Amino acid sequence: MAQAVLDQPVLTAADGMPLRVALRRAERRKRLTAFGLVAPLLIFILITFAMPILDMVLRSVHDPVVSEIFPRTGAALQSWDGAAMPDEPTLQVFVEEMAKAYDDRTVGKVATRMNYEIPGTHSLFMKTGRRADRLKDGDLGAALIEIDKDWESPEIWATLERLSSPYTLSFYLAALDLQYNTQGEIVAQPEERQIYKMLFWRTLWVSLLITGICLLLAYPISYLLATLPTKTSNLLMIMVLLPFWTSLLVRTTSWIVLLQTEGVLNDLMVWTGLIGDDQRLQMIYNMTGTVVAMVHILLPFMVLPLFSVMKTISPSYMRAAESLGATPARAFWRIYFPLTIPGIGAGSLLVFILAIGYYITPALVGGRTGQLISNFIAFHMQKSLNWGLAAALAGLLLLGVLALYWLYNRLVGIDNMKLG
Amino acid sequence: MRVVKQYGMAVGIAVSAAGLAFGAQAADLTVVSWGGAYTKSQIEAYQKPWMAKTGHKINSEDYNGGLAEVKAQVESGNVTWDLVDVELSDAVLGCDTGLLEPIDASILPPAPDGTPAEKDFLPGTITDCAVATIVWSTIYAYDGEKMSGAKPATMADFFDTKKFPGKRGMRKTPKANQAIALAAEGVPANHVYEVLGTDAGINRAFAKLDTIKNDILWWEAGAQPPQMLADGEVVMTTAYNGRIFNAVASEGKDFRIVWDGQVWDIDLWAIPKGAKNKDLALEFVKFSTDTERLADQAEWISYGPARQSSIPLIGKHAEAGIEMGPHMPTAPDNFKNALQNDFEFWADHQDELNERFAAWLAK
Repeated sequence: MAQAVLDQPVLTAADGMPLRVALRRAERRKRLTAFGLVAPLLIFILITFAMPILDMVLRSVHDPVVSEIFPRTGAALQSWDGAAMPDEPTLQVFVEEMAKAYDDRTVGKVATRMNYEIPGTHSLFMKTGRRADRLKDGDLGAALIEIDKDWESPEIWATLERLSSPYTLSFYLAALDLQYNTQGEIVAQPEERQIYKMLFWRTLWVSLLITGICLLLAYPISYLLATLPTKTSNLLMIMVLLPFWTSLLVRTTSWIVLLQTEGVLNDLMVWTGLIGDDQRLQMIYNMTGTVVAMVHILLPFMVLPLFSVMKTISPSYMRAAESLGATPARAFWRIYFPLTIPGIGAGSLLVFILAIGYYITPALVGGRTGQLISNFIAFHMQKSLNWGLAAALAGLLLLGVLALYWLYNRLVGIDNMKLG
Repeated sequence: MRVVKQYGMAVGIAVSAAGLAFGAQAADLTVVSWGGAYTKSQIEAYQKPWMAKTGHKINSEDYNGGLAEVKAQVESGNVTWDLVDVELSDAVLGCDTGLLEPIDASILPPAPDGTPAEKDFLPGTITDCAVATIVWSTIYAYDGEKMSGAKPATMADFFDTKKFPGKRGMRKTPKANQAIALAAEGVPANHVYEVLGTDAGINRAFAKLDTIKNDILWWEAGAQPPQMLADGEVVMTTAYNGRIFNAVASEGKDFRIVWDGQVWDIDLWAIPKGAKNKDLALEFVKFSTDTERLADQAEWISYGPARQSSIPLIGKHAEAGIEMGPHMPTAPDNFKNALQNDFEFWADHQDELNERFAAWLAK
């Protein structure tokens, strides 16, 4: 058989080129064209999506401040016994680098970084920096202690040694309410500073709740949309899409008008005598406000996939089931519902992933108790300027979403998802 | 009414974004301050005369304090702000961490009688990277029209929800609030930061705030508290003293300030590192911090000038004709139990306290 193939004359294209070469060339050209068409988007995504995420992940573990500004001190501290003050040669190096950092105006960066670990060290470093060039030979240990007796504490030197490595896990530890103690062991943060674990659970729980409520609300309306005559369903569809097209800020602020204590709903209830004027309900600037506004904003993301799936389910399936003796409830549960699972999966995943990273609505209507993890990422980006911690929190959130995505794929199968 | 504010905020963001996109190129200098009545006082007293004198244009932007925007601009190498009005603790922190340009104080003009600037400015109001313009204060205020019967008079009354039931407004930051809480506990003004320096002191401040936690509405922009008072959303609120004064002088409100336990601070001009128009910004700093300009500014809002030589020149409010002297934070009657925001304390503890405050809020 192989012999027969070899014996055949080489097929050629019209211009005399061997057909195989011509085909390969045509295919390559096609592939290049396809790549050329995709390239702008690919470059765009690389620059605006992949690179920032990589940078963020890097920032959450990369912490070069101390190692860049106090490189020799870090090296010298490696041989430190961890108990008393470091020896004179180490202190000599430290004081020299301190004086240089003060001249370069970089000591403040180290002071800020140290202050994240040990509150109160900012002024210690600044104060010492101001006097470092006047500390010459002699008993440097005593001279430092004279500036501030905090230099006696091994905690400061241990932290300096730990930070002298350019890579650190301390941001991730902080994001999980953990920290290093003086011995370098990992321990829990003090009670009053623990917050992120609670926030991660809260965010997860609220996102699940919102997804559940959206599903309950969207399922009947999507069914109605899919089964009504086109003229009516188009009108209904517009009513679903209109809020979808309206600005997020407008919709969130409308909820403020409706729900605030001096708002429409409370006024109405007071007017009808349902509640007294002094019993107005607090429905916004708390968790209730966050959930209500987010359900409203995310509802279309559930309705649209459900609708697109339901639209394709032929009504004859249900009729067939009923003609074979199933009650309407049984026909729905055994026939209709399983067919809508791809829509449920798509809608739920979409709503859940959007909810877990939601920022603007909780920020506007969440008040004190309705804040989610993304609000704290923003807090560390914008207020505390601790970008490493913000990156670590965001990294954990990303990891959580990926893990849930994986779980979803195992349980439902991502191929079963239908976005419309 | 709250909606109007939220819309206002949204519009403000949109406008300032547009300003960033178009204004930054058109104007010669971008000056950033705290908005509202305070920015107006700066425009009237410094910017208009400077623009008339030099022919340069100024693009005025608003922010709510803090170094976040400055840090973002400096780190990304795209500095669009030329001059920022900062609080003392941020001026020091920003200078230490290399976010601000050093300013040589010797360029500042002397007082009219020849006293050099270093001597003329109040002690501690010129730092390595910033030059002070005003002395301002965090106080609390109530609406005299709505408050019947006994009137609050001490910081302790702010925390007394039995005697004065109703919501309170407070700035959403630990700064000042911690000190206010201790002042309300009866800690004398000059010992407040000493007590706050200990863990027990911080716990005590949080415990005091806990007693009214559910009655607090939080504000962020300086223009919010007078609005909250006017809307009746709160019965009393902490505020920047000038904003309350402005509502009284310009809008005829009957807001009354309680000066007991006031936390005073200074605001300074600072130049972000790598500002595109640094030299022009320095020119503007020189112009706006001379004796006459600082005195003029105090006629638009009740913030005290940072120069001693400006104090005798302050007259009446430029529009309402009210004598300004008694409304200054530093007027002797107001200054009896006053404490200064301790910048060194905040440089050391703001990370810790911001974080703990955020945790406290969310719980």
